[in-house]
Amino acid sequence: MATTTKTPARTATRLDVPKTYKLFIGGAFPRSESGRVTEVLDKRGAFVANVAKASRKDARDAVRAARKAQPGWAGATAYNRGQVLYRVAEVLEGRKAQFVDELQRTEGLTAARAQQQVEAAIDLWVLHAGWTDKVAQIGGHANPVAGPYFNLSVPEPTGVVAIIAPQEQGLLGLTSVVAPALVTGNAVVVVPAAASPLVAISLAEVLATSDLPGGVVNVLTGDPAELAPWLAGHADINALDLTGAGDLDWVELEVIAADTLKRVLRPEPGLAPETPQRILALTETKTVWHTKSRL
Amino acid sequence: MAFLDYAPAPESTSILNLRDEYRLWIGGEWVAGGGASFASVSPSTEQPIATFATADEGDVDAAVRAARTAFRTVWGPMSGRDRGKFLFRIARILQERARELAVAESLDNGKPIKETRDADVPLVAQWFFHCAGWADKLDYVGLGAAPQPHGVAAQVIPWNFPLLMLAWKVAPALAAGNTVVLKPAETTPLTAMLFAEVCEQAGLPAGVVNLITGAGETGAALVRHPDVDKVAFTGSTAVGREIAKALAGTPKRLTLELGGKGANIVFDDAPLDQAIEGIVNGIFFNQGQVCCAGSRLLVQENVHDAVLERLKERMATLRLGDPLDKNTDIGAINSSEQLARITRLVDQGEAEGGERWAPDCELPAKGYWFPPTVVSGVEASSTIAREEIFGPVLSVLTFRTPDEAIAKANNTPYGLSAGIWSDKGSRVLAVADKLRAGVVWANTFNKFDPASPFGGYKESGYGREGGVQGMQAYLKAGK
Repeated sequence: MATTTKTPARTATRLDVPKTYKLFIGGAFPRSESGRVTEVLDKRGAFVANVAKASRKDARDAVRAARKAQPGWAGATAYNRGQVLYRVAEVLEGRKAQFVDELQRTEGLTAARAQQQVEAAIDLWVLHAGWTDKVAQIGGHANPVAGPYFNLSVPEPTGVVAIIAPQEQGLLGLTSVVAPALVTGNAVVVVPAAASPLVAISLAEVLATSDLPGGVVNVLTGDPAELAPWLAGHADINALDLTGAGDLDWVELEVIAADTLKRVLRPEPGLAPETPQRILALTETKTVWHTKSRL
Repeated sequence: MAFLDYAPAPESTSILNLRDEYRLWIGGEWVAGGGASFASVSPSTEQPIATFATADEGDVDAAVRAARTAFRTVWGPMSGRDRGKFLFRIARILQERARELAVAESLDNGKPIKETRDADVPLVAQWFFHCAGWADKLDYVGLGAAPQPHGVAAQVIPWNFPLLMLAWKVAPALAAGNTVVLKPAETTPLTAMLFAEVCEQAGLPAGVVNLITGAGETGAALVRHPDVDKVAFTGSTAVGREIAKALAGTPKRLTLELGGKGANIVFDDAPLDQAIEGIVNGIFFNQGQVCCAGSRLLVQENVHDAVLERLKERMATLRLGDPLDKNTDIGAINSSEQLARITRLVDQGEAEGGERWAPDCELPAKGYWFPPTVVSGVEASSTIAREEIFGPVLSVLTFRTPDEAIAKANNTPYGLSAGIWSDKGSRVLAVADKLRAGVVWANTFNKFDPASPFGGYKESGYGREGGVQGMQAYLKAGK
């Protein structure tokens, strides 16, 4: 009986294999072109990871990827978008332990608290999966105009949305702003909570394996104060969600965004999550008139 | 008299009973303005119509205070049903005085009487009638039970549809329970002053509507006033940007209806007779001084020559002249400044390689006139394919495939309107899906209705006017 190939006995000294946390742009995981990283320590001060620190060039690449991906995502059927968002919840559920672990390390939560947050995030993906084929019936309607016309208003995605995610509860906060933007077919460039970059990149891995087309969500870990003005001023972004920018100079960001007349969601009073209003805030009402012929 | 010559058929101005001088209408009183008064001239004759006051900062403050008082004491506490009844009264009086308003509007703006009589003024009355019915049904606008008005709405409107833009602003604001301070454009203040008389006849409580005249400075002071809760602006993208900046970080809510560079797409299977009428209506309605004008004609290459030939034939029959003449198709340009802008841009379009054509039509010696003009052979990068001209000038581009048409139509920072002409329903719907524009007209153009939301994507502004969205803009969710 051969003994040379037997599995080594588990020992307490096994070296684990830490993950390199990179950006998520266009469906790929590149390092920052700037070569910059941010050192992440756990609550006891031990080294966890060198997380990529996105640059202005990375932000531009992310916007380009989002613009390219947006028409395809918006053009998918609502049923299809719903299934993809549900798939995100499924895959997330299967990787719960990893997220619990990452939240414990970066947010210093107890296992129970961390699990609560992950489960709330999963449920939020499920909720939004269910909205994709319903929100047009809340926000759209037939219009009884005074003439022989078929006239219909529908909410359509506003396009590319840049988001500063909430700084609290990294995974849940990120989900609460990204999922509503995706429902109608927007593409997203998101800056996750500065203190919770690990779950953001792990969520990107979930998105990358959930049939979400590459580029529909782009994640730029880094300094929100540095990245936000670049995104606010970028001419190919249609809307700026400042939900997580309460501690930044968000008034200045709004002023910058006015140059290109972006739709701006302010941090205060803020839109309640889990409402169709939050989804509809990132849509445009398109009204189509069509002549009816005389019979 | 040749076949196309018509005897003059001017609408009489005897129906008007204008004052020589109009003051500001604040808190139900006519009060003098602090600034220098100015004349509004008739663009077709350059004759002054009346003088108007300029509201300075103190007047703006007085108007906002009057609106605030009316909001607190009368209009806010009033039942939705009673607010609605006031608006129904206004709608009826507008209908009763429709002829007078149409004549006044044509005189002041320069647009043909057939448009003010058949489009502007009927829509004004319809807008008030439509919104009147909303006043006691606000629970159903989609913001939950008992939504609340913002308070005082500051509204600044343009000169291209003076009374209609007033209606788009005032009617939903009042139905929702707000009070308003509105500033009409300095070249077209007349019908707003007549609207004050309509409010008086309707017995509208003092201060619910306040009308202040003046130029850009007055408007800037109004939207920046700290006690304003809601700002609604229709006008240029440049000014819209400035307002958005000024309001950043303030609690004021903002809706903007700005410029456009609408594409009117003609496929080779389009019903050409209707398409030609639609192209003409799309760019020559109101002398093309329309934010949603179909100013870029995208025509499929294989029918380009046929479309252009028939379009020119049709343009040759357009009658330009006295706006008060019932046979007039093309009236006067609103101001000398606007005429200079149109002239400059068309010259530039020609210099950049466009081929300019206009029918042989005699322009009156007095007044501001520009002939209906088509510029063909325009490149997507040409100035006149990109900048809003706001005049009777059509730029013609071609395309081969639907994808190319969509790409060209969307190739603009604006996104207000678009037109599609095709007999194939499935293609119309597929193209409409991909156009990044707030209003898409298929086999028609320039249609408006208070039940139909209007407003743009991208740099054409945000928010919608009309329909349930139009009401939502003047309300916030209840507590």
